Parts: sequence; structure tokens; C-alpha cells
Amino acid sequence: MKKLMIGNEAVARGLYEGGLTVVSSYPGTPSTEITEALAKYDDLHAEWAPNEKVALETAFGASLAGARAATAMKHVGLNVAADPLFTLSYTGVSGGLVVCVADDPAMHSSQNEQDSRHYAVASKLPMLEPADSAECLSFAKAALSLSEEYDTPVLLRLCTRVSHSQSLVETGERTVPEKKPYVKNIEKFVMMPANAKKRHPVVEARTEKLTAFAENCPFNKIENPGRKIGVITSGTAYQYVKEVLGDTVSVLKLGLVNPLPRKMIRDFAAGVETLYVIEELDPVIETHVRTLGLDPIGKAVFSPIGEFSQATVRAAFVIPDPAHLPADPALPARPPMMCAGCPHRGMYYTLAKNKVTVLGDIGCYTLGAVPPLSAVDSTLCMGASVSGLHGFLKASDGSASKKTVAVIGDSTFIHSGVTGLINASYNGSNSTVVILDNSITGMTGHQQNPTTGFNIKGDPAAKVDLEALCKAVGINRVKVVDPYDLAACDKALKEELAADEPSVIISRRPCVLLKYVKPKPALRVDPQKCRACKKCMGLGCPAVSMKTGKAKIDETLCVGCGVCSELCAFGAIEGGADR
Amino acid sequence: MKSINVMIVGVGGQGSLLASRLLGAVLVSEGYDVKVSEVHGMSQRGGSVVTYVRAGEKVASPIVEQGEADFVLAFEKLEGARFAPYLKKDGILIVNTQEIDPMPVITGKTGYPSDALDHLTGIEVEALDAKTLAEKAGSVKAVNVVLLSRLAKRLPFPKSVWTKALAETVAPRFLEMNLRAFDLGYGE
Repeated sequence: MKKLMIGNEAVARGLYEGGLTVVSSYPGTPSTEITEALAKYDDLHAEWAPNEKVALETAFGASLAGARAATAMKHVGLNVAADPLFTLSYTGVSGGLVVCVADDPAMHSSQNEQDSRHYAVASKLPMLEPADSAECLSFAKAALSLSEEYDTPVLLRLCTRVSHSQSLVETGERTVPEKKPYVKNIEKFVMMPANAKKRHPVVEARTEKLTAFAENCPFNKIENPGRKIGVITSGTAYQYVKEVLGDTVSVLKLGLVNPLPRKMIRDFAAGVETLYVIEELDPVIETHVRTLGLDPIGKAVFSPIGEFSQATVRAAFVIPDPAHLPADPALPARPPMMCAGCPHRGMYYTLAKNKVTVLGDIGCYTLGAVPPLSAVDSTLCMGASVSGLHGFLKASDGSASKKTVAVIGDSTFIHSGVTGLINASYNGSNSTVVILDNSITGMTGHQQNPTTGFNIKGDPAAKVDLEALCKAVGINRVKVVDPYDLAACDKALKEELAADEPSVIISRRPCVLLKYVKPKPALRVDPQKCRACKKCMGLGCPAVSMKTGKAKIDETLCVGCGVCSELCAFGAIEGGADR
Repeated sequence: MKSINVMIVGVGGQGSLLASRLLGAVLVSEGYDVKVSEVHGMSQRGGSVVTYVRAGEKVASPIVEQGEADFVLAFEKLEGARFAPYLKKDGILIVNTQEIDPMPVITGKTGYPSDALDHLTGIEVEALDAKTLAEKAGSVKAVNVVLLSRLAKRLPFPKSVWTKALAETVAPRFLEMNLRAFDLGYGE
């Protein structure tokens, strides 16, 4: 029976049917649901790892042991996992190994829009790119076999519109091939110079074999040959081409996007009068096509910025858009913001009030950068708050350590913040690091992590003791505060900034969206007492507004955290949290 | 087979994912090829969220562009006005009149455009207080099902396929309340 599945769920299904037995990943939009869907099966091992490097290395170990394994991550996660990836290209695999990587063109939930196809080229690994959920299933399944057949990890590239679009798939049965016996093979798996030198030619020879495969493989196909216009495309761009141009153009749809075929492309180009390459993000296919001596219409017309749609293709082929109402530029924007009752808000308010420079990190709490709090000064990548603060202090005079902090979430701290803290401790900077511990990986939709005490299935697991961890790396001053208690936050911040040694403040309260966190009764404003001083508005809480001249609390949004009532100098905000 | 393009828009956290999944399930059961494009991640945190549902003989693109939607199902008034340009000429905007202030309004930088629907021409606007109906059914969370029932009334499928999809999608303990919400919106 055909059923609707998002691409990520279909990838999981394909890996499952292909006999996957181990998956290890770190969550990241838009890749997260691959691993979540795999965790629902009981006949394989699924886990959240502390970061993408650990995840890929875990998958490598499973492959080395002879089992079929995978990892899934977002595009920037592959930067973290790039170290094992490049050398895995040399070792090859034992059991099939698939690395799923989901790009985020248009940056719906990302800090950049890098094109992970460059990784396939640079690491000399085959990369498959499905264009809908049915292909997600069949490509993921095939990737496991391809990996074993060519003795290589296989990259499976997705993007937001494939990962998070539902389309129809037909599921099949799971077949688990017999686990290969572990055989010691030092020349293949110990990548010291003498062995690696022998493996590099193997990699080059494999690329030639895969290029020959690309010329005539089930992933690359030609549709409607013999038209005047020919379009080489892949992934979602293929869907927009089909939507607008249908059968009026010849299409070479590439499902194997590295290595790319040569003869197939030359022959296709020879059969058409005008050649287009339509690909999202960077000109990866176009560059290859140009090395073949062809001159396609590509990035000169199709922007490397953002994601495409049918409108992109219409514009390029001068087809008018359908008539529609004009957009009203006067309508107020609705940017994302921290939820009412978000435990991060109290700490951010304290940081803003103390005019502290904040090196931030990746998570929901990046939203502390938006007005009115505007409390974050930098956001780069996972972990960069802690290590960045150390460098910032080393380049500044001593006074900087009295007004600069790093802010990082619990999951991000485990991912790659703790290494920065070790550096700050070891190389002696007077860092103050605030760990916003909301007891979950929030932004990606509530995944467990090593600090929560639960594993991916929600079963009890070993729990990292953050206080003990910080102390173990040499931080003597570790304080825990409740971010709903503004006075305690202010006191802890002032004390730790003043201290002449590195310190960690753990701002601890579970995310309000967690099911076990029960909202308290909503607060009320007594309009008689409210003097409209707008102090409560400084929190940027979506439940508090000032539309009627006096503060007003939306009882459908308020969870009774009480932070606004702590701020009110006139006692106008009543009710709320009973801590 | 006539193609159907629907956009479901609202504010992060309003439950638009359930509405799109229900609609997708109904369209599949009626024999359509279907694509549904969802949004996850940061924009879900109180921002504008958009879900596209497309059905037809064969659907290629998973997204709906300006001027292509037959229906925009808006969970909030301002979002309804914001995405009205996605409607075809004579398209239908089914909009919940609930107002949820975005941050620029909360901070007082600008006012909430309460009259935003009044200027829309060349489309049909069906405005309703879905929040009150949902509360009547038992939970404000059922706003999504109330709105979906209004769309259901305008699509050529029997009521039974919708209630069947509800039974298959919604957790059993919430089914009765959701069926009540559907009936309140759909009418007899």
C-alpha cells in the first residue's frame, strides 16, 4: 500500500529495509527525523551521539565489525564529521556505511547554506541525491549495497524540501544480510602513512569505476529525449523543472551527483540545441559540465543563493507568473521568538541588564539576539561561544573578563563546548561560561542528550553531571541558578564576573514545552496598580503586551513563570509561580 | 482529476502539522498523488509557519507559489492577510479571526492591523471565530480541526472520509473532542 511519508522517514525506511543494524547521529534540522524514525524499530540499535564526529566514528566501528550502519546530520554537522569522513574514503568499509547529510537552502533553520556536494568531490566519495520520498527510500536502500559493492562510504544528500516534504512511498520487506566476520586487515584499516599511501591509488581507481557506473546506472536517467532544450538537474530542482516545463524539454536527471558521468552528459548535450544546468546552491554540476568543454546556461541565470521554486524556473524561461494580490509591505513581520515562560529569558534579561558582551551559540537560545533583549553579540557554530570567549579575553585587557560571558545550551555544551572549556581552563583565561541547561535538545524538537538521563527511546541512561564535569576540567567555581529567579541570576553573574578565576554558571530549568512541565496559572495585571512604565516589556515575552496603555497578559500564552512580576516595581502583576 | 493546492498558515505552535497530515491522508484516500511540505526547526518558535498541500494526477513541486493556491487556510488573521497573495484569482481564504500579536506589535513598534482582511479583493474571504468553536468542542487546541472542517465542506469528498482520517490520525483519547470540533465547524 502506498502511504505518505516525509523524506526523512522514507530514508529511515530504506535503511531499515536494507538491513541497517546501527545508526548513530546528532540531531540537526532538517535531518533529525531520519534517526528518530529509525529509533522506532526494535530490531536495530539507534542512538543520539554527543556530536556528528562521534556519530560517524560509531557508524564506522559498526561497519568495521561487519554490520550495515548509518549516520544522519545537517550540512554543518558534516563539517564536524569531516575528519573521519575523509579518511574513511581511504579505508573503505566492511559492512555498508551510509552518511546522510541534509542541506538547508534558504536557511530555514541554519547559520549558513553551504552545499555539501563539495564534500563528496573533496573526499572522493559517491553521493546520491533523491528528489522525493519514494527516491529517499529506494536510494537509501541502494546506498547500503553500493557501499559494500564499491568498498566506500556513500553520502546521501537531502535538502529541506526533500527531507520535510511528504510524498507517496511503497514500503517493502526488511532483509538483513549476514554480518560479515571481522577480519583483521592492518593495511586497509590502519591509516598511517605507509598504508595510506597504498590506499590513495585505491581511492582514485574506485572513482574511475564509479564514473563508469555513473554512465549507465539506475540513478541517472534521461526523460523526453529529442527536444530542442535540454536540462541537466537533480534533487528538488528537478521537481520545479517538471512542474513548469513538463515534457516540453529533455531532462537529464542526476541521482548520483558524485562522481558525475562524462559520456552521458556529452551525448545528452549533443542531442539538444540549448543546454541548461539547473541546480540549487553552488554550480557543482555546471562546473563539471564546463570541464567537458560545454557551455550551459547555469548560474548566470539561476542564483546560487536561497532555494528554488517553480517561480525560479518560470522567470528563467520568461513564463509569466499567475496573477495574484500584491503583498502588503505594511503588515508587521512575525519573526520567531523565545516562547512564553522560556527559561532562557530570565538569564538573558540579566545579561542585558548588566550590559554584558555575550558570545552565543547554536540553539533556541540564539533567539536571545532579537529585540528587545538583543543580548547576544556573536553566533558562529556549535561550541564557538566558549572557545571564542577564551580568545576574546586573551586579546583584551583584564577588564574584558568582568563584562564578557559565553552562553551555551546543555546539548551544545556536550557537543563541543566542553573542549573549549578545557582550553579556557588549561590556557588560563578568566572565562565566565553560562550553561543554559533546559534539560533537552530544544531547537530540533526535543531530543534526549547525555545530560538528560534518558536515551533516544526515552529509557533511563547514564547522565552526565555537568557540575562535576566542569570541576573535573579544572573549573573551581561552578554555580547553579534558577533562571526564573532574577535576583539569584543577577547575584551569580556579578559574583562570577568579579571572580579572578574561570567560572561556570549553570542556569537550570526544563524547557516549558516539555510534556512533564506543567504550566502554572496565568498571571494578571491589576490596571489600577500598573503605571505603564513598560519595564515588563523589556523581557520580550509574547504573553505580555501594552496595547491598551497598560500592561496586559494573554492568559492563553502565559505559563505563570512569574519573571515579569519580579520586575514590576508597583506589585501590579499578581498570581503566578509558587516556587 | 482537478488539481488542488492548499496552504495552511499560522503561528508556530498552533497545530498546523496535524491539519496538513489530515488533509494529506484524505487526499491520498481519494486517489490523488499528494505532496505536503512542512516546516520544522527555528521558525516554529512563534514565527510564521507555512505548510503546502498539493494534490493532483501527478504532483511535481512540493511547494505552492504566489497566485497558485485554491485555498489558504489561515489559523490567525494577520497570517491570513500575509499569505492572501498566494491565492489564485477567485481563490478562497478561510481565516480564523483570532489575533496573535507578533513581536513588533508586542513591543509597540507598530499596531496590530485588525482591518487587514478588509482590503482583500478578487478573492473570497470566509472569516470565522474558530477559537470559540474549538473551546465549545472542549479545547482551544482543536482550532486546527475546526478550520479544516470548513475546508472539508468546500471539497468534493464525503464527510465520512474526513472523520475516518481523524480516527486514524488523532490519539484515541482526543478523538471524541476532535470529532465534536469537526462537527461544529462542518455543520449538518
